[in-house]
Amino acid sequence: MTRKQRRLTLIAGGLAVLGTALGLVLFAMRDTIVFFRSPSDIAEMGIAPGTRMRLGGLVKEGSIVKPGGQTVRFVVTDGGGEINVSYTGLLPDLFREGQGVVTEGVLNPDGGFSADSVLARHDENYMPREVADALKEKGLWQHASGEGANAPAVPALTQ
Amino acid sequence: MIVELGHYALTLALGLSLVQWVLPFWGARAGDSALMAMAAPAALGTFAALMTSFAALTWAYVVSDFSVLNVVENSHSMKPMIYKISGVWGNHEGSMLLWVVILTLFGALVALSRTLPERLKALTLSVQASVTIAFLLFILLTSNPFTRLDPAPFEGRDLNPLLQDIGLAVHPPLLYLGYVGFSISFAFAVAALIDGRIDAVWARAARPWTLTAWVFLTLGISMGSYWAYYELGWGGWWFWDPVENASFMPWIAGTALIHSTVVMEKRDALKVWTILLAIVTFSLSLIGTFLVRSGVLTSVHAFATDPERGTFILLILIFFIGGSLALFAWRAPMLRQGGIFAPVSREGALVLNNLLLSTACATVFIGTLYPLALEGLTGDKISVGPPYFEATFLPIMMPLILFMPLGQTLAWKRGDLLGAAQRLIWAFAAALALSLVVAAVTRRGPVLALVGVGLGFFALAGSLSEIVTRSWSRGMPLATAWRRARGLPRSAWGTAVAHAGIGVIVLGVSATAWGVETLAVVRPGETIAAGPYTLRLDSVTPRTQHTYRAEVARFSVLRGGVPVGPLEAERRFYATRGMATTEAGLMTRGLGQIYVGLGEPDASGGIGVRLYWKPYVLLIWIGTLITALGGGLSLFDRRLRIGAPQKARQRTKAPVAAAPAAS
Repeated sequence: MTRKQRRLTLIAGGLAVLGTALGLVLFAMRDTIVFFRSPSDIAEMGIAPGTRMRLGGLVKEGSIVKPGGQTVRFVVTDGGGEINVSYTGLLPDLFREGQGVVTEGVLNPDGGFSADSVLARHDENYMPREVADALKEKGLWQHASGEGANAPAVPALTQ
Repeated sequence: MIVELGHYALTLALGLSLVQWVLPFWGARAGDSALMAMAAPAALGTFAALMTSFAALTWAYVVSDFSVLNVVENSHSMKPMIYKISGVWGNHEGSMLLWVVILTLFGALVALSRTLPERLKALTLSVQASVTIAFLLFILLTSNPFTRLDPAPFEGRDLNPLLQDIGLAVHPPLLYLGYVGFSISFAFAVAALIDGRIDAVWARAARPWTLTAWVFLTLGISMGSYWAYYELGWGGWWFWDPVENASFMPWIAGTALIHSTVVMEKRDALKVWTILLAIVTFSLSLIGTFLVRSGVLTSVHAFATDPERGTFILLILIFFIGGSLALFAWRAPMLRQGGIFAPVSREGALVLNNLLLSTACATVFIGTLYPLALEGLTGDKISVGPPYFEATFLPIMMPLILFMPLGQTLAWKRGDLLGAAQRLIWAFAAALALSLVVAAVTRRGPVLALVGVGLGFFALAGSLSEIVTRSWSRGMPLATAWRRARGLPRSAWGTAVAHAGIGVIVLGVSATAWGVETLAVVRPGETIAAGPYTLRLDSVTPRTQHTYRAEVARFSVLRGGVPVGPLEAERRFYATRGMATTEAGLMTRGLGQIYVGLGEPDASGGIGVRLYWKPYVLLIWIGTLITALGGGLSLFDRRLRIGAPQKARQRTKAPVAAAPAAS
């Protein structure tokens, strides 16, 4: 091969790989990204059932119901709207009433939300940023909401 | 008093690094050896000052000095000593201090190296000092770990329970040794650009540092993954979470870098690309630090963070990345380009490796930063999760792993594709046969996992074949072959071992497809089953330890009705922070693991249990250890120990004197 041909081979190979990767990225971006919504977004935007999304807000006080088995139902609120969520599985250690939560799942035709994951947090002072922003919009944000002082006993140890 | 000494030493380090920044640079411009020689003592002094500072903070933690705000917020007098010490870097301020300590450790090691050319050493240390200065200013101005608290409380607020684990003692230091180690490659690259000269001597000098950093980063990511696996209680070992990607991107770029420096060293080609890659790798480390420390993203690994500090790191980021890329754009055209070479050759294969790795790195980069960019532009909040990365990263990595054995078989300059393929035919046949066996035994499982098994076996067999074909030919006695194999250069062994490790990782990852998960509420005396194992819940009892209370669930593990042993899982409640955590129960069976996560008790007296059977899951971490070992072997290759060739001739008496990596 001549010098020119070699260079062309290299450039063509490089462009082929980059083109393929770009295609993959665009394809994946269309199909796999998930939007974050707050309960009032869902009420306002009229999102079609079956849409996969992340739902974030506060777990409404007194709304956690355990009908049996590993299923749990609770209400996520941001002050402007409320969504009933059902989830089957182990809840993260810091899941509590009145605390921020992010769940991922699908919106049902009846307006409820079937979550297949509830995101855990690492820290009792930490509020998922999307939730904090959504709450700030609704004027519900209190910075001290998780400052350790109001730590309720965890159900596991009160039985 | 000791705390003030620590604070003073931190400030002193800033002064010393200013000296290390200005004088050697000036010396290199003016050609003044005396000024250039100031670099080494200044670098050693900075390191000593920062070690003093770090020791002072550690002391404050060890004696639980609650007049220091940082200790109050992250420690507790009842905490076990190991967690008191690891708690030093289990918080923002302390971990930034560890960051600069390691940064200057590398600077000190470069200062001690006796094989580096004078100018290169002076400029490298000067560039490195500029990074040190930026981060010391960051610590002193926004994150001072030595802030006092008056009046001092009687008790601290304890460390985040998730961090009270041996993982914290191991993972961050290893990760930082990797992350921050790339600063040396970066400093070398910028020094070469300033000097406008780059050659094989440069490649040979820079390679051990890059390799050292890469080995530590490999270990750090691996340990972090295992830690998250057993501590978070979800059974997952990699979540494609932004914080994980933050450490993974420099790893991918660093992997490309250690391969491209080989081409530069052997063939005097790919120079400009290697320089760019060195800059990009450290830039990704800086971006990673920014992502983790600024709190701009939501992550499963995010701890409470302060957005104000993010702005400062962002400025550092813009200065170094922007500055070095601008310097690159200005100076790179002056570097003499190496020759172009045949596509079918070892160097051609390494170019393909670099192309695929950098593309893969770019897809991870896009997936990690796209949500941030989109939110900035449109306000839409999105999350890019594992499906994205599986759809983009895997299709790029699979051909890479397929070509990996072929690449290491090809000869330099002009490779023989047919010959290489012929030498690999046995490896390929073996891989195909083994994956057919796996398919026949398991009878089910996704096609992708079977392809993964095939690729994993091919990488393993390819590495074995490489060693065998280089040391044995038909009719040769095994003893001779063994002697020849032992005589192969360490770098050949390093390559084969590291690539075999990748194969092992791929096998472990593919095996996750055959994992089984069961979720149930279990009462004492009842059982839960997953895969071949059945677990019987024997009891749930309370236990009180240092700073927490726990509910311990004891299980008996049975296989086909035969007991194989007990297993314990815990749910802990840390009173000081009001936090609950779960400690997964693990039992290792062969290379697989039984994994139990506990949920909350329900009203009927049962407890939520998530049981996994994960066959061959340990291969993932064993593979990373093998890969790191391969990197270590390459590091001790003779040509790297001896250092730059012209220096070696001058110093025939002490050829092994400089082994930077050995320290």
